[in-house]
Amino acid sequence: MPYLDYAATTPMEPEAIVAMEPLLAGAFGNPSGAHATARAAKTALEEARERVALALGARPEEIVFTGGGTEADNLAVKGAARAARAAGLGDGVVTTAFEHKGVLAACDRLEREGFQVTQAPVTAGGLIDLEALAAALDDETVVVSVMLVNNEVGTIQPLGEVAELVRARAPRAVLHTDAVQAVPWLDVAHETAAADLVAVSAHKFGGPKGVGALVRRRAVALEPLVEGGGQEWGLRSGTSNVAGVVGMATALQIVGERRDREVARVRDLRDRLAAGLAAHLPGSFFNGEPSKRIAGNCHVGFPGVEAEALLVLLDQAGVCASAGSSCTSGATEPSHVLAAMGLRRRDALASIRLSLGYRSTDADVDEALVVITKAVTQLAPLSATA
Amino acid sequence: MTAPAPARVLVAMSGGVDSSVAAALLRDAGHDVTGVTLKLWGGESDSGCCSAADVEDARRVAAQLDIPHYVFNFADEFEAKIVDQYVDAHAAGETPNPCVECNRSIKFGRLLERAEALGFQYVATGHHARVRCHADGRYQLLRGVDSAKDQSYVLYMLGQRELRRTLLPVGELTKPEVRAHAARLGLRTATKAESMDVCFIKRGGRAQFLADRLEARPGPIVDEAGTVVGRHRGVATFTVGQRRGLGVAAGQRRYVLGVDAPSATVTIGRREELLRDGVDVRELCFVAEPPAAAATVTVQSRAHGRPVPGRLEGKRVRFDALQPRIAPGQVVALYDGDALLGGGIAA
Repeated sequence: MPYLDYAATTPMEPEAIVAMEPLLAGAFGNPSGAHATARAAKTALEEARERVALALGARPEEIVFTGGGTEADNLAVKGAARAARAAGLGDGVVTTAFEHKGVLAACDRLEREGFQVTQAPVTAGGLIDLEALAAALDDETVVVSVMLVNNEVGTIQPLGEVAELVRARAPRAVLHTDAVQAVPWLDVAHETAAADLVAVSAHKFGGPKGVGALVRRRAVALEPLVEGGGQEWGLRSGTSNVAGVVGMATALQIVGERRDREVARVRDLRDRLAAGLAAHLPGSFFNGEPSKRIAGNCHVGFPGVEAEALLVLLDQAGVCASAGSSCTSGATEPSHVLAAMGLRRRDALASIRLSLGYRSTDADVDEALVVITKAVTQLAPLSATA
Repeated sequence: MTAPAPARVLVAMSGGVDSSVAAALLRDAGHDVTGVTLKLWGGESDSGCCSAADVEDARRVAAQLDIPHYVFNFADEFEAKIVDQYVDAHAAGETPNPCVECNRSIKFGRLLERAEALGFQYVATGHHARVRCHADGRYQLLRGVDSAKDQSYVLYMLGQRELRRTLLPVGELTKPEVRAHAARLGLRTATKAESMDVCFIKRGGRAQFLADRLEARPGPIVDEAGTVVGRHRGVATFTVGQRRGLGVAAGQRRYVLGVDAPSATVTIGRREELLRDGVDVRELCFVAEPPAAAATVTVQSRAHGRPVPGRLEGKRVRFDALQPRIAPGQVVALYDGDALLGGGIAA
């Protein structure tokens, strides 16, 4: 049963599950306490922090554990913007038109609070338009948020060039990057070295759901979203999810160790999948600049086919895939990412995302090719001529 | 109507008790059942997602019945074909029935097409009406067993092409039987309140919904002699036959006799002046064939209105006895006993 929705979420790494178990039953203490059970939990929490810091190229005191990627994005964007305005630095916020909703909705909130928000456009290939970004930056800009890897089309953004532009044109700005989709595929420590804030989410790389982290370099000023007991350097109060962060740290370590090998293996699978679809279904088109994509992403469209109907046929045949941005209702919403890339609405609604990961196999690709070809042919007999 | 089991059936599940029970009955009859909930409204203002509670009810019922469940996003079509046309009709002084247009364009249009593309033999809904197939292969639509809940009126547009692929299992039951069945199965929708009114109009009601979308067009209120007896603040919300909310003090009860959108004029008068001997209809369609010219039929012009006897003469429905004028835009459905013959839209 081919699971081709790794960009939505991943199965947990077995080692991460094993690592979490002792924290759920045995060392169940509240790490803020002052007794042996609490100390055991505190030790596990801080060891996890050290491992996460190491993997992300940060110091332990630069790691803020959160309840996931969206929360990390919100803390970064809203927290940095509000703190900067309170310090009188300015009120400009610059992002891109195809960020994850965790960033875009946070920017919308800031706009309602009176911030000046600019969304830089992206190219047809799904890369940030650097000239437009440069034009949007000025002395009043306090936050710039540009994702490292797009969650739908998988394109890798030139974060180093973005950072140079920010330093040159917006010296007061903090640079945040949503690296949620990057972890299994890129050396995030290296790629995000120039960013002040970096958001990651455990369940995208074999960790548990509901756990994430924000890297906060150079003690960038942040206004907290959740206040209370002062955990996580006062930036995210609430009793720590000890088992969750231990699971995240374990998964992060494992994907780091095997990254080179896995990226090459999954890239071959993805390329074979894409080539097979192009051969069997000659009308198919691919979204996102091919040379700038992470290894696990294949975003493909079939003219004359409604993605929403296609996903039903794929599901009935046991193939898990997705289209557009997922919505809590389960409805397929038209993709703001593809719209930002200038794709025609009917092409956007004909596109699906196939995303591979660490358990993907040759057999998955073989089966997916058969199922997708059959389903597309059923829905649009004329567009499939092979 | 029963289909030979097992057939592949797509059940439109709104999250209400009727469609929940429809899915349960079909599954228990041995069919291969899949549930679908349509996302029709709730744009960006609704934080980009559907009215999650109803979808969640449908999803939970489907999970309980152990059938697959999907959500289809038909919001684009719904806005273009239902909401925009609803607003346009009011602007033109008519009184549209958006549920009828939704059945025509969405449930028995777009959804039926998609079901066919996906290989389903039937679409089922929770409507209270009955589909029958005769020995000669012709299909018929009968009123639901529970006459108080009968919904055949809002299905007047279904022809042979649609009926052949439609299952309406709860039309064979009374509403109390439907609820009892849901309770017996432990479905969470068993005691859920019925949906009322137009699904896309929530807070503020119809007047506010129209005010947000139409320029207010105030104008005169005149009597049948053309004498101005008052002013109104917007022509779009008046309905022929309306009595309340006219804002005109008069000795006798006054009714809206006519709405002239171009001049924003609302004409009012006494009930006797509202009476007509017939109504012209457009977009006539028939379940099978038109009734014979002289045949007596019963005419229904409101969702739960009392049917009255009459005859179809070309594109005019003539009443045996004078009737209050039917508001333009309303459905005029024709029956022979319990059997729907067809209908049209009052001109």
